[in-house]
Parts: sequence; C-alpha cells; structure tokens
Amino acid sequence: MPSPATGTGAGRKRLRHRLGGSAVLACALALTGCGGGADPASDGGSGSGTGDTITVFAAASLREVFESLAEDYETRNPGSEVVLNFAGSSDLATQIEAGAPADVFASADAPTMERLAEAGLIDGEPGEFARNRLTIAVPQGNPAGVNGFADLTGVRLVACAPQVPCGAAATRIQEVTGVRLSPVSEESSVTEVLGKVISGEADAGLVYVTDALAAAGEVEAVPIPEAAEVPNSYLIGAVAPNAPEAAREFIDTVTGSAGQALLQEAGFQPPADRP
Amino acid sequence: MTGTRPLTAPDRVRSPKPRVGFPGLPPWLFLVAALGALFILLPLAAVVTRVDWARFPELVTSESSIAALKLSLTTSAAATALCIVAGTPMALVLARSAFPGQQVLRALVLLPLVLPPVVGGIALLYTFGRQGLLGGTLRALGVEIAFSTTAVVLAQTFVALPFLVLSLEGALRSAGGRYEAVAATLGASPTTVLRRVTIPLVLPGLLSGAVLSFARALGEFGATLTFAGSLQGVTRTLPLEIYLQRETDPDAAVALSLVLVAVAVLVVGLAHRSSAPAVP
Repeated sequence: MPSPATGTGAGRKRLRHRLGGSAVLACALALTGCGGGADPASDGGSGSGTGDTITVFAAASLREVFESLAEDYETRNPGSEVVLNFAGSSDLATQIEAGAPADVFASADAPTMERLAEAGLIDGEPGEFARNRLTIAVPQGNPAGVNGFADLTGVRLVACAPQVPCGAAATRIQEVTGVRLSPVSEESSVTEVLGKVISGEADAGLVYVTDALAAAGEVEAVPIPEAAEVPNSYLIGAVAPNAPEAAREFIDTVTGSAGQALLQEAGFQPPADRP
Repeated sequence: MTGTRPLTAPDRVRSPKPRVGFPGLPPWLFLVAALGALFILLPLAAVVTRVDWARFPELVTSESSIAALKLSLTTSAAATALCIVAGTPMALVLARSAFPGQQVLRALVLLPLVLPPVVGGIALLYTFGRQGLLGGTLRALGVEIAFSTTAVVLAQTFVALPFLVLSLEGALRSAGGRYEAVAATLGASPTTVLRRVTIPLVLPGLLSGAVLSFARALGEFGATLTFAGSLQGVTRTLPLEIYLQRETDPDAAVALSLVLVAVAVLVVGLAHRSSAPAVP
C-alpha cells in the first residue's frame, strides 16, 4: 500500500479495535448474566414440561439398581426417557444448587439431602428408600488375615476421609467400637477405596456392603456387626420447582416393591419404616 | 572419538525468528485473540469473585492447608530436580543424535502429555505397586512406594517430564550445532563441549522447561490420587486438599484454589522472564 493510505488505515484500525473491545465486554456481560441466574436454566430444563424425559441425579452407589429401574420404567411408559447422572452425593447437590436440570435427586446420606431441602430445592418431604452400611473389603485370599474391625489397626487400611459420607460412617463405627483406626490413605470417594483394595495395594478398605457385593469376584468381604447400629440413610426427592408428574412416578418405582426387591438384591437394607 | 558428533547438526538451517513489531496482523485477529484470552481469564476472575475475603487468612493458614501447601512445594521441587536429571540427557539424545526409531521414541516419551493423569496413575501402580512389575523386587529391597511421599514425587515426575524434554529439545534445535562443531574441531572432548558450550547455550530453555515442569507437578492430581492416595502431610497435596475440602467447605476450596492459581501465575511469570531476555 502507498504511504498516504497508512494514516487512515491506522485510524480505522484503532476504531475497529475499540469496537472489538466493546463487543468483548458485551460478551462478558452476557456470559456472567447467563451464569449468574439459575432460574432460566431450570425452567428451560430437559423438556421436563412434556413429561417424556426425566433427569435423575443419583448417588454413585445406586448405579446398577437405578439403571435397571430406569429401563423398567421406560418399558412400562413407552416414549418416555430416563436420563441418569451418577456421582458423589455432594457433587450432585452442588450441581443442582448451580441450576443443573435435575428432576429427581437420590442421595447416599441424609445431610446432603437436608442441605438441598433447606435451600428450597426439594419439592415436598424427601423420603428414605434404603439403608446401607460399611463392611471390610479385603483382596482375594485375605493376605493380611483380617477377621474383624479390631484387626484393622495393624494393617495397611484405606478408608474415606471423615468429610465424606462413607468416612463419617467409619468415624461412627470407631465411636461405637472404641477402636481407633489410622488409615494409610483417606480417600474422597468409596470408589477410590475399593480400587486400592482390588489392586492389592491396601490390605483392607472400608466400603459399603453394596460395593463389596458388586465387586464380589475381586474382593472378599469381612462383616462388621457394629455397622448395623450406624447405617447411612438413602433419601429420594423431586427437585423443585418444576418437577414433572413423571418424577413422582419414578420415585414411586424406587420406593415400590419392584424397586425395593432390586435394592435388597444389591445388598441394601430396607428403610426404617419397613421390616 | 570426537569426530562423529559434530557432523549431525552443523548444517541445519536456522528457522527464522518472528520479528518484534511485525506490522501485518489483521484487526479482526485481535478480537478473536481477545475472546480466547477472555475464555481463560474469565473463569479465573470467577474464582476470585467467590473468595470469602473475611475468612481467607484463616482458611489458607489452617493446619491442613499449610500441610498441603508445604507438601506440594517440596514434592514439586523434588519432581523438578528428577525431571532435570533425567530429562536433560533425553532431550540431548533426541535433538543431537540420530538412530532408528527415534521418532517413535519421541512420540512415546511425550505420551504423558496427552494421557489422562488417572491412566498415568494406573500405569505407575502396575509398575511400582505391590502387585506391580517391580513390586516384588522393591519389596525384596525393603522399599514400599505406594501411599508414600515418594509415590507423589514419582507421579509428578511422570506427568512433568515431557515438559522439560520438549522445551529443552526445542531450545537445542533452535540453537543449532555450529558452536559445538567449532569447539569439537578445536579439540574439546564431547563432555567438555556439553559442559562448556551446549548447556550454557540452552540454559534459558532448560530453565523455562524446569519451571514448566514445576508448574505441572504442582497441579498434578489424577495420577497422585490413583497411585499415592491421600493422607494429610504425607500424600495429600494442594490439589487433593482442594478436592476434599470442596465436599464440606467450598469456601476453603475456593481460597486454596486462589493460592494455587497465585503460585502458578508466579511460576509461569518467572518462566517468561527467564526465557524473555534471550531476545533483546
């Protein structure tokens, strides 16, 4: 380009630059506006108004039972779809608080469900639908010879950190038995504990009865009789404010006889109000 | 003999360096670049907006936070040292010699860059774990690695090593081999050439590679969680502490995240400074 053009060229460039800057700012404002409001996300939802699709957020330990219950539900209600999301209860609760489009929430402990209920995010009263308790998982052949809770003091034990539900349950058992444990690792999820027992890195791990049962070929379980005194409550509820009718129906499936049969097959205990 | 070494590199064409003040960028490019930068900066700003400043000092100086920060800094420093010791020879071999299968080897060495860290952790477990490839040998020597601080350092070194190899190899290639060739013709032995010519020449590259490795080690999470476990003061580094705190005290997790971001910014800033003066 010849030299006379450079002056205007630079001017235009500066103008464009400024326009570009304001466009970026507008984008940023739009983005924060979108991220800040949780409400527009939940009524936009996953087609929850149609009743065809329901989104279920459930604790990771419920995966197998809920997968077959969802399949069962879809067969009985042709055209419907159950979208499942499994993770740690705390993680799921955080997602729901941030506006994730959930219709049903099933937690592996009471405090997490209470946290959402207090925030007004649960429609009605959440109900207990199952109980779970800890057991000792040991690698195949039980190389360290663990026969009970008191044996855990002398072996390489992996447990959950006291901050998470499975760790809180372990703390309660220590209080009941008076046995003080010193794990070599305090994991943030029961899956990590189980993984370290399966790989043989740990001599023993504290996991839920249902986890040990699901991994039956890979670990052996040593029962803890005292664990029955301090079980975990599993609670389920419809997510407010726009839970569709189908959400209630799915909850009924879980608390009904078919759901209870599957849960007990997987090693869960029935809720307190049932035999 | 010294005769074989210098022949490999001296005629390599130096790649032209981009000029400072290059005039021809189209204006729209700035907009896209700004959007890209925003994509990185906005989430960081979001973390800052969530910090509970009133509780911040108390949250970051709690016993568990201090233990995690200390552990992170010491293990990352140890991992960086291991990266320099093992990575420098690797970069030299890759940049200054030729042998069959070199390309394949380079690709494999850089694998931890693209591997999900959890996979790295599983791989380390199957190597150094009790039931692992070297488990029996290590036990015979009386060494237990899993659930120890050593396991943390190994996991960090595994993921950080490619950063050092990559930056140093790049520095070696762009420095070219002509000074080394001259030194060799003047009678310097390969070790002398390496010590007096090559290493001083690529020192900025080595330094920035080391700083990047340190930063990567500091952020290591997946491999550590899988391979080393999580116990305060022993294996629970800052990222693992953040992950755990998030369950019960999100404010503490946010505060610690900010500490980690601050340390990372400091480290990356240092890397920039150490490599920048090369271009006047």
